Amino acid sequence: MNERETLKQTVLAIAGANPRKCMKCGKCTGACPAFDEMEVPPHRFVSMVEEGRVEELLGTRSLWLCLTCFACVERCPRGVVPARFIEAVRLVQVRCQGQNHLKAEQIPDALDEELPQQAIVSAFRKYSK
Amino acid sequence: MTFSYYPGCTLRTKAVQLDSFARKSAEALGVHMQELDEWQCCGGVYPLAKDEIATKLSSVRALAAARDRGQELLTLCAACHNVLKRVNHDMQTDETICDRANRYLQLPEPYRGETTVLHYLEMLRDRVGFDRLKEQVKNPLTGMKVAAYYGCLLLRPSNVMAFDDPENPTILEDFIRAIGATPVVFPYRNECCGGYVTLQKKEFADSRAALLCRSAAEAGAEAVITACPLCLYNLQRGADENLPIYYFTQLLARALGVEEEAA
Repeated sequence: MNERETLKQTVLAIAGANPRKCMKCGKCTGACPAFDEMEVPPHRFVSMVEEGRVEELLGTRSLWLCLTCFACVERCPRGVVPARFIEAVRLVQVRCQGQNHLKAEQIPDALDEELPQQAIVSAFRKYSK
Repeated sequence: MTFSYYPGCTLRTKAVQLDSFARKSAEALGVHMQELDEWQCCGGVYPLAKDEIATKLSSVRALAAARDRGQELLTLCAACHNVLKRVNHDMQTDETICDRANRYLQLPEPYRGETTVLHYLEMLRDRVGFDRLKEQVKNPLTGMKVAAYYGCLLLRPSNVMAFDDPENPTILEDFIRAIGATPVVFPYRNECCGGYVTLQKKEFADSRAALLCRSAAEAGAEAVITACPLCLYNLQRGADENLPIYYFTQLLARALGVEEEAA
């Protein structure tokens, strides 16, 4: 298996979902609250995983802007679960040494009086390992 | 009626009020919330990856502790509820996750998803009953127009959360009616508030929250209620001074006449 295929298989295993079920209707992107800030919106993200183009997805804003709100999942007519692919690629990145998107040193500047702990814990779960 | 109760970290710190109003109201309704003897942070977000086990263990411990007491597990924070309910679902349906989690934990009795996870709102609807709640109301919030903000975590994914209709939920509107107020339905009530992205991209989260608050105000809301500390934070940043954002438990406590005691 070449490196490209290995990376794709890793993403599929972490996601536990099948991108080939996608019929490219774009409803996930229509439901996504962050699609217009992403360079790769959910429907294209799923397509690119299917095509084995995981390398191109690493480092994209889509990884950090996905809110895991599950609107795409709820509204997908084919049960593709787009959020799982974004999560999987995000993990492929942050599980590599030095690739954390959020570092502990950044937290003090991000704090304000009202910010709930839940936000910090959640962001660390999503952006760092 | 006695339940095991999992408060979660934020309810001990920034969201103390969500908890204290809930406890006082439960007392008034004859519901006993028996906090778990030990609990750890749920992690805030459900670990989606199929190969993540360690991040699910704190939830399994809490679920098993409630099972050992023979009680249903009551949650209040929408995020904790989402995490606990979904991990419980994994323990019921995903043999690999269930097996691996049990190998890590080595509990005296393996845990296989026996516990029922119940959100405080579900407890009001399905155990107390909104009709009985209505009878207990001392100060009905007559005339107050309240918009219910559901957000994501209570509703989705609906096949696991089984909380309400994910697109046309009614539980919070029924709650609002039970405490004597008038529900206001607005189009963005089940759209994401911007969540944890507020930590890294404030302007994005703020613009989401502003959109949601504008939508509620245009629908005629005088106040918005939520069950999530992070939604409350984001919405408060997006609302102007004419649109207060409350935890639903505060209005419950107000209606039951225990708001002062709990504050």
